[in-house]
Amino acid sequence: MKKSIADLAKIRQETLRKIQLRDKEDTNCRIVVGMGTCGISAGARPCLSAIVDEVHKRGLSNIQIVQTGCVGMCRLEPMFDVYVGNEKVTYVNMTPEKSRQVVVEHIVNKRVIQEYTIGEVEK
Amino acid sequence: MRDISMHILDLVMNSIHANASFIRITISETSETISLKIEDNGRGMTDETLKQVVDPFFTTRNTRAVGLGIPLLYQNVKNTAGSFNIDSKINQGTIIKALFNKNHIDCIPLGDVKETLLSLIMVEPNVNYIYKHEKDNQQYVLNTKEIKDILAEVPINHIEVINWLKKDLLQYNKDFKIGLYKGGSKWQN
Ligand SMILES: Nc1ncnc2c1ncn2[C@@H]1O[C@H](COP(=O)(O)OP(=O)(O)O)[C@@H](O)[C@H]1O
Ligand SMILES: [Mg+2]
Repeated sequence: MKKSIADLAKIRQETLRKIQLRDKEDTNCRIVVGMGTCGISAGARPCLSAIVDEVHKRGLSNIQIVQTGCVGMCRLEPMFDVYVGNEKVTYVNMTPEKSRQVVVEHIVNKRVIQEYTIGEVEK
Repeated sequence: MRDISMHILDLVMNSIHANASFIRITISETSETISLKIEDNGRGMTDETLKQVVDPFFTTRNTRAVGLGIPLLYQNVKNTAGSFNIDSKINQGTIIKALFNKNHIDCIPLGDVKETLLSLIMVEPNVNYIYKHEKDNQQYVLNTKEIKDILAEVPINHIEVINWLKKDLLQYNKDFKIGLYKGGSKWQN
């Protein structure tokens, strides 16, 4: 199957429709992934990929995913912050599997996974 | 870093943190070598910084005032008896070149460059990336500016677009001949 400009134009149309249909009350959520050298070498990329995949699978919109550099806690990488509204939760020592769980539990079911948070790990 | 694609992600993050708006990644493979070039139009480095970045390579004992990313790359290049070079001009940009000898026992694999590109597009969609991969007289070129022009008001990092790109880039991994945008990509403005 050869991809073409026509495919991309179709994706544009479909995506535009989805954006217009989007429920305004949808969760407003931001995920900030640590992507400094320490984060990348600890496995930030597969975690990011898992998050993106899970967000797509669940059909979530309004999720913003951005990067940050080294925050000085290299041994806790891969880590990311999840902001829902003004509330921030920092998840540490993540894996792709745990990252998926965070998307489902924290973002979809609105339940923080305490076990994976910085507060719990640093106890 | 486990593979070259992870180094690419790390190096491009340097370019992004140096405020680059254009980043060109070129991979050129022969049966013996993998050469990597990353060019950006970011803020560049002063001769002073450049010296500091390069210094830890040659001094055995050094408390690192600067980061680890470039020294790690240098180490992996050196392990294959390859070559490494940084060229940087303040307010103009930076060019990093690394050559790996593929057949050397210590050469790290190329890794999943597709995942690196998708990650970059996802987290820094406003940067224009040109990715070029040459191998066996064939080339694959991905220019995100061209994609953005077609998408117009739809963001390139919209989850639907990312998913589509993932499939397209996957296709290229399976069969090198298939590429969305071949040739004709212009660098810079
Ligand atoms: N593309 C670039 N443009 C401008 N400056 C850069 C670039 N790449 C590296 N540098 C400079 O070199 C320093 C060292 O880079 P690196 O070894 O990757 O460590 P780190 O990113 O953790 O500082 C950076 O802090 C930055 O000052
Ligand atoms: Mg770096």
